[in-house]
Amino acid sequence: MNVAAERLPAEEPAGSFAAAFAWAFSRDVRLTIRHPGETLLVVAFFVLVASLFPLGVGAEPQLLQRIGPGVIWVCALLAAFLSLPGMFASDYADGSLEQMTLSPHPMSGWACGKIAAHWFATGLPLTVLSPLLGLQYGLSGDTLGALAAALVLGTPVLSLLGAACTALALGARGGGMLLALLALPLFVPVLVFGAGAAEAQASGLSAAPHLSILAAGLIVAAMGLPAAVCAAVRIAMD
Amino acid sequence: MKIPWFYFASPPTFYRLAGWMAPAFFALAALLGAAGLYTGLVVAPTDAQQGEVYRIIFIHVPASWMSMFIYFVMACYGAVSLTFNTRLAAMMARALAPTGAMFTFVALWTGSFWGRPTWGTYWVWDARITSELVLLFLYFGFIALANAFEDPRRGDRAAALLALIGLVNLPIIYFSVLWWNTLHQGSSVKFTGSTMHVAMLWGMLLVALSFWMYSIGASLTRVRAIILERERRTHWVRGLAT
Repeated sequence: MNVAAERLPAEEPAGSFAAAFAWAFSRDVRLTIRHPGETLLVVAFFVLVASLFPLGVGAEPQLLQRIGPGVIWVCALLAAFLSLPGMFASDYADGSLEQMTLSPHPMSGWACGKIAAHWFATGLPLTVLSPLLGLQYGLSGDTLGALAAALVLGTPVLSLLGAACTALALGARGGGMLLALLALPLFVPVLVFGAGAAEAQASGLSAAPHLSILAAGLIVAAMGLPAAVCAAVRIAMD
Repeated sequence: MKIPWFYFASPPTFYRLAGWMAPAFFALAALLGAAGLYTGLVVAPTDAQQGEVYRIIFIHVPASWMSMFIYFVMACYGAVSLTFNTRLAAMMARALAPTGAMFTFVALWTGSFWGRPTWGTYWVWDARITSELVLLFLYFGFIALANAFEDPRRGDRAAALLALIGLVNLPIIYFSVLWWNTLHQGSSVKFTGSTMHVAMLWGMLLVALSFWMYSIGASLTRVRAIILERERRTHWVRGLAT
């Protein structure tokens, strides 16, 4: 893989957050674009699972309108979770993660770049697709707007939390199930407020309080979790 | 008096100290537990609204307190083990996790038995109950991650970091009854005073102290087993066997 073997540009001054971020982000995005199958699989999974619910619980329009936001959020949660192992595991396996930790750039720079790339490859497509799925569930226009706004604010938190969990589980036994046990409980608050935003809008209340809490959560997660991801990668490298 | 922390942080010394302290804490737990249960089940009056069924409170509330408190202590030990790289602190964090998970389970279980006669349901997806369930899964995640590596030190560090990340759940549980107006009632005991009969309050506090002493005793007993397992190749452990 040519991109994976690319080195950090030599002319950059040592220890720049922005350079490391830009490098890791562009590298992971390029990898995603050259292997579009993985992102398409995540999207297909999202749409497929969301389409199973009307078949399972019955297709009465009122019931679907009621459960729609929650179902779409649970599907987004699972899709984000299933794409987590790709974030660090392959770099860990082929040794490039170790090379990155040896680079002069701050670890948080490329860690944030990788997290942003993960969001770009999973959170963003799901957010863009969510109004389409919402229409299948018969959600009204405002509810679709609230749902998309909640997904824009909530899916980056999922990427941040998931990055910390998948970095902690690097090299652990019990792979996917262990990751589920670590990540899904931490995802719960995002699910509660994310689905709450659309439900509040659907029942005639304002979605603003939920969106504010999600935005606050995003800020706290963006401040604290990159440090946790770096600590977890260092633990894995010991 | 100056406590020689680093002297007691050495596993062989702490192994002997814990072996001496654990029975004392178990004895205290039994005494306080007997006193608390007597106060709660015999002395305390019947509740005006709920009748006798409210007496589940004497297990339910102390167990919920301990479930949150043990997680906090566990995360503190995790922070100590990460910052000072001490072996014993990580072992203590590991030793506390099963006791904390047990109390979380007891809190959920007694709560569900209390909910059936008073709320008419075993389970509601109320904010506090849901966040307590999340706490149970955080304990399970901690235990699973700590045991998921070939190298136990690696498991120690990863699990300690996970405990610190999961710490954000504690204020959510504690304040959930204030933030969301759902079925679970607010707290009757506050630092500024309590809305309960004095015998009920004493019963609850005595049982909580008893659970606290039990947790110390159980984690000390467990940490002795962990020390023996980790240090099985050293001279002093082999010396114990002969």
